[in-house]
Amino acid sequence: MTQIIVVTSGKGGVGKTTTSASLACGLARHGKKTVVIDFDVGLRNLDLIMGCERRVVYDFVNVVNGECTLKQALIKDKRFDNLFVLAASQTRDKDALDKDGVGKVLKELEEDGFDFIICDSPAGIEKGAFLAMYYADTAVVVVNPEVSSVRDSDRVLGLLSSKTQKAERGERVEDFLLLTRYNPVRVESGEMLSIKDVEEILGLKVLGVIPESTDVLNASNKGEPVILDMETPAGQAYDDAVARLLGQERALRFTQVEKKGFLSKLFGG
Amino acid sequence: MALFDFLRPKKDTASIAKNRLRILIEQERSDSGGPDYLPVMRRELLEVIRRYVNVDLDAVKVDLLKDGDHDVLDISVSLPEKPGPAGAV
Repeated sequence: MTQIIVVTSGKGGVGKTTTSASLACGLARHGKKTVVIDFDVGLRNLDLIMGCERRVVYDFVNVVNGECTLKQALIKDKRFDNLFVLAASQTRDKDALDKDGVGKVLKELEEDGFDFIICDSPAGIEKGAFLAMYYADTAVVVVNPEVSSVRDSDRVLGLLSSKTQKAERGERVEDFLLLTRYNPVRVESGEMLSIKDVEEILGLKVLGVIPESTDVLNASNKGEPVILDMETPAGQAYDDAVARLLGQERALRFTQVEKKGFLSKLFGG
Repeated sequence: MALFDFLRPKKDTASIAKNRLRILIEQERSDSGGPDYLPVMRRELLEVIRRYVNVDLDAVKVDLLKDGDHDVLDISVSLPEKPGPAGAV
């Protein structure tokens, strides 16, 4: 059984691609045969975050148009044998993808025995975002604890419950919230919405909470998804989220202000 | 410095954000759940009313409310304190 997961948000810059890359690597590390697909036609970036930008020969649109086989376009990850990347096309033609074309590619991936297909959605609620979510079984809605991101997430949740194939069939896409750029210090000082605030406003529980951290930028710089660096809190938080996606129980971490002990207060650190 | 932190007023902007989002999202959910003609009807009502009274653009509120098994269309028009001349649009 293949599970199709869309990583979406409405708002741009909240961490969709970072999340897609880390979820894909995390699932592959759990032994799941995984492919991660960039749906952002014209603004390809997943390849950079995954660190395979120099190995893109064919892309998603080439496959849909029959200009190459799916096998030729799948870029095999250098770290995991069971992880593949399908890059977005850099064409400026926004109509390069359509529902039927996407459906055919996803079906072929299912027949190839993939356990997980991660669809990295573009920002906005235009065609690309719609195509990324249309066939999804599960949605990971990436949200920052910030007003515009929360509002846009609610719009996207509305679309997931009305514009997807599941919705058309009277079924439901399973929705999860993933809170990124979370800063417990600023939450405690009343400057940032808390996990509970966001959960209450959107009426959904979080799948994971990724702390705001320079480690995420460093990971992007290197083309090594942050989940691969298990020394970092962000990497560990993504690992927890992946475990929860797979049905394991994991308590939330890095969501409280670390209380400094007397000695560290005295000596710093 | 930290010693006097408690003297500074605490900026609790997160609770302002939460309240604003609650109101807004409730509004947007009811808009998207309602029939498509609501926004158009609201605009046309406004046009008709403005032929007679010079009301503000946001003077007409159209809400779809649930009352038990029924849907109730709730239309409220707030008139200005000093009505201007009709047709002064």
